[in-house]
Amino acid sequence: MRVGVVVFPGSNCDRDTLHAARLAGAEAVPLWHETADLRGSSVVILPGGFAYGDYLRAGALARFSPVMSAVRAHVQRGGLVLGICNGFQVLAEAGLLPGALLRNASLRFEHRWVRLAVERRDTPFTRAVPPGILLRMPVAHGEGCYYLPDDELARLEASGQVLFRYAGPEGNPNGSLHDIAGIMDATGRVCGLMPHPERAAEAILGSDDGLLLLRSLVESGAAGVAA
Amino acid sequence: MALPLHRRLGLTDGELDAIRVRLGRDPNDLELAMFSVMWSEHCSYKSSKPLLRTLPTGGSGVVAGPGEAAGVVSIGDGLAVAFKLESHNHPSAVEPYQGAATGVGGILRDIFSMGARPIAVLDGLKFGDPEEARTRHLVRGVVGGVGGYGNCVGVPTIGGELVFHPSYAGNPLVNVMAVGLLEERHLTHATAPGPGNLAVLLGSATGRDGIGGASVLASATFGEDDPSKRPSVQVGDPFAEKLLIEASLELIERGLLEGLQDLGAAGITCAVSETADRAGTGIVVDLDAIPRRDAGMEPFEVMISESQERMLAIVRPERLAGVREVCERWGVPVAVIGRVTDDGLVTVVAGGLDEAGRPVPGATVLAAVPARSLASDAIVYQRASQPPAHRRQAPAPGAPESASDRLPIRGMDPGAVLRGLVGSPNLGSRAWVTTQYDATVGADTVEDGERAAGILRIRGTTKGLACATDAVAGVGWFDPYLGAALAVAECSRNVVATGARPLGVTNCLNFGDPEQPEAFWQLAEAVRGLADACRALGLPVTGGNVSLYNESPAGRIAPTTQVGVVGLLRDVTRRVPPQFRESGDLVLLLGEAVPGLAGSAYAGLAGSAVEERLPSLDLAREAALQDLVLAAADAGLLASAQDVSGGGLAVALAECAIWGDVGARLTLQVSAEPAVELFGESPSRMVVTVRPADLGPLERLAAARGVPVELLGSVGGDRLVIELVGGGAAGAAEERGASVADALDCSVASLRHAWEQALPRALGDDTFAPPPVGTVAPLDAGRIPGPVPARGAGPGSGTGRTPGTGPTPGPGGGER
Repeated sequence: MRVGVVVFPGSNCDRDTLHAARLAGAEAVPLWHETADLRGSSVVILPGGFAYGDYLRAGALARFSPVMSAVRAHVQRGGLVLGICNGFQVLAEAGLLPGALLRNASLRFEHRWVRLAVERRDTPFTRAVPPGILLRMPVAHGEGCYYLPDDELARLEASGQVLFRYAGPEGNPNGSLHDIAGIMDATGRVCGLMPHPERAAEAILGSDDGLLLLRSLVESGAAGVAA
Repeated sequence: MALPLHRRLGLTDGELDAIRVRLGRDPNDLELAMFSVMWSEHCSYKSSKPLLRTLPTGGSGVVAGPGEAAGVVSIGDGLAVAFKLESHNHPSAVEPYQGAATGVGGILRDIFSMGARPIAVLDGLKFGDPEEARTRHLVRGVVGGVGGYGNCVGVPTIGGELVFHPSYAGNPLVNVMAVGLLEERHLTHATAPGPGNLAVLLGSATGRDGIGGASVLASATFGEDDPSKRPSVQVGDPFAEKLLIEASLELIERGLLEGLQDLGAAGITCAVSETADRAGTGIVVDLDAIPRRDAGMEPFEVMISESQERMLAIVRPERLAGVREVCERWGVPVAVIGRVTDDGLVTVVAGGLDEAGRPVPGATVLAAVPARSLASDAIVYQRASQPPAHRRQAPAPGAPESASDRLPIRGMDPGAVLRGLVGSPNLGSRAWVTTQYDATVGADTVEDGERAAGILRIRGTTKGLACATDAVAGVGWFDPYLGAALAVAECSRNVVATGARPLGVTNCLNFGDPEQPEAFWQLAEAVRGLADACRALGLPVTGGNVSLYNESPAGRIAPTTQVGVVGLLRDVTRRVPPQFRESGDLVLLLGEAVPGLAGSAYAGLAGSAVEERLPSLDLAREAALQDLVLAAADAGLLASAQDVSGGGLAVALAECAIWGDVGARLTLQVSAEPAVELFGESPSRMVVTVRPADLGPLERLAAARGVPVELLGSVGGDRLVIELVGGGAAGAAEERGASVADALDCSVASLRHAWEQALPRALGDDTFAPPPVGTVAPLDAGRIPGPVPARGAGPGSGTGRTPGTGPTPGPGGGER
């Protein structure tokens, strides 16, 4: 089962994500932004960082890169895509996920440990998460306030596309509507979240909850959800 | 009449003469400009060099020491760690965000130019009164700049300190430490060997930013308000730096480089002269080949510009194609700007070089000066040194101790004092700062440095690195020798508290105008203190930086020796945390208090006549204490270990309780002055906890090293209670009719509240929501049970809280 991790110029969580994907049992390979070849990846992860420096707007330039055309085709073929932090911003800018990620309500960069309630465990991204737990992992971003107009937000909620919510005493670090930390697209094959599961993939780092999400992806990829 | 050019460039008449002696002729204007930046204090260390030679630099495992871009120490397994502290004080005073950001960028380049991947940043920040609008502007800008740059390049910021002291009002300090990890076989030097090799500029084009930063900003004191200096501040581009890091490390891994140096102060002039000088070669620079951001730049502007995110690589001609391939992939511009020669000269040519690196017919030689004269043979001064007429000093270790602290200790409520201290701007939680720094990028952060030393694991091994940076400005203000020695002791102690063995020391010496005999005396005393402490603790000084002329119309800064220490944990899973762990664990004080409250947080809070005495530092006791803690950690005896420093024993205990979210019931022997025992900052002490069965073994280890152990009590409950007994306790005072508490008794919740609110309140930020306890540093994180969320839960279902909008949890203040 191969997981491809996109490397944009300015990605800075690519190495961490490759490492964590390997811990989850995947064969993980980097995918350079200038290539349209996904190297046979069943799952593509867009990692955190500041793709293309985040000039203009977070994720705004990355969506035009050659690799993003390949990612679109991958989704159309039924492949799985996960965007983490800046990767979520890129997917939202590219229209692969609904909504926008605005500046944090505090108007500051926020690095905090948060807890996530998992809204659904019947998805390719959460199937390995046991019931009844909150997932602990860090956020680190300046623009993570999830926003969607009211009517669209209601539809998103009604269709079960909200996958993760900030919960527990740590609360909502960025002012996201409905405490939304991560969502899926309508097909259930594209997911984006602001917190960093790859930084919570080993007990020595304070939590290995993030590994549950990566294991879910590996199981799903192996089960042939991908094209 | 206009001043002669050399004076306008900041050179003295005597320095012009010294240049003439070295050249055997008059320098031309371009050469004069090159000398002016290279002979600046910042680049030449002309005032401090004779002092720095006295520092101990040798040590087992040191593979690169002072004089290199960063110190490098071997840690086994073929790996080594590179680390260095550097200042960016003056730029940050003029333009705080960019000044701090480029400070981070500069120190990171020092690290990766050695072939090391940067893995951590720490910052030592010093400001004036936090109530002042100007200070708040500087704090916001500097913290934003450190975070903005570090977060973007993807290097975690895992520690540091933020200190307010009135002496920094007109001249804040921004010291940044970076740590890198390398395979020893990739160790790279800033050198230009092999005549015929190419001098290749990697990275950004050269612009007019940062012209004369080294000479204009870093090497003169500030006037009242000087917007004219703003163009001397460089502008950072962390995105370009990130690409430069990746490209440089790949070039090194592929063995494509003969040498690599970053372009910082004095730009291309510094890089070509230093690399050539180190190799005993020369470099001829093809001025026209240097890519420029601005049209019409003068030759001297190109040669001394401090434009950021540039590196000078020395490349064999046959490897140039490989270098281009790597850099093009990363989007890093490459320009061949010259050749290594065997004539020992830095030669600047306009009009072009031929294939062999000789000026083409019709080309003009604009400058030709020995590389050595710009670099290692720059002028050196023996400055005049004069101690101030009135100064306070610590008594010699072992001198008879009789304390009279003259502080209003009788009638004080020690609990109220403790809440005041943990709620003071210098001792409260740093979360307001650290939540703006990405501490976990890299996925190696084990401790984020909010509580004590930052800890990283080293992937693929069992090892870890503990990193800390400290200065003791409050004491340095009175006694620069003691301030420097205490900084080494405290920083090393912070690393040792985790169970890590210190590898070496880096430092940043922040002082005033060295041409003033008193200021130079302060520098000389600090270097003496640094050297003595490092020798006593067996620590090599592996590198550092000197920042002089830190003065403003408001006066000279407190002599500030910022120290950085990196230590090695053989097994990172066995690190010792700082906070109280289990109820029933025994609380012990290792080491003993000595009198002297001058320079302490307590003296600052009391605001009354500061007593004359400083706490004494006995370096032999310090070494014994650190040896004990390491032995106890190795033996697995310590449940926790916490350094006693700012605010004294009571604050150390309060921090253990706040971080562990559990109280303790303790009894403290006080002699004549409870304030000394509770709040004195005498060094060489540590609070540790052990399981009851481990008390005996620990006492035996302590006895063998002559370290006193006082059993204070045990962990438990939700209050911190310290009963005072002995001669200095309330009894005697009560007999005299004084009203005085005989115990310190505070709920942990009230201490936490004061601690959390201290910094945001001091900075006038009432929107900051502190992270709940136990979420800042993920030490004991387990998966906690949570409610099974209802599918499709709607608005209002979240328990979320938004910083800046939500209610602040926690108990109200004022509780006792």
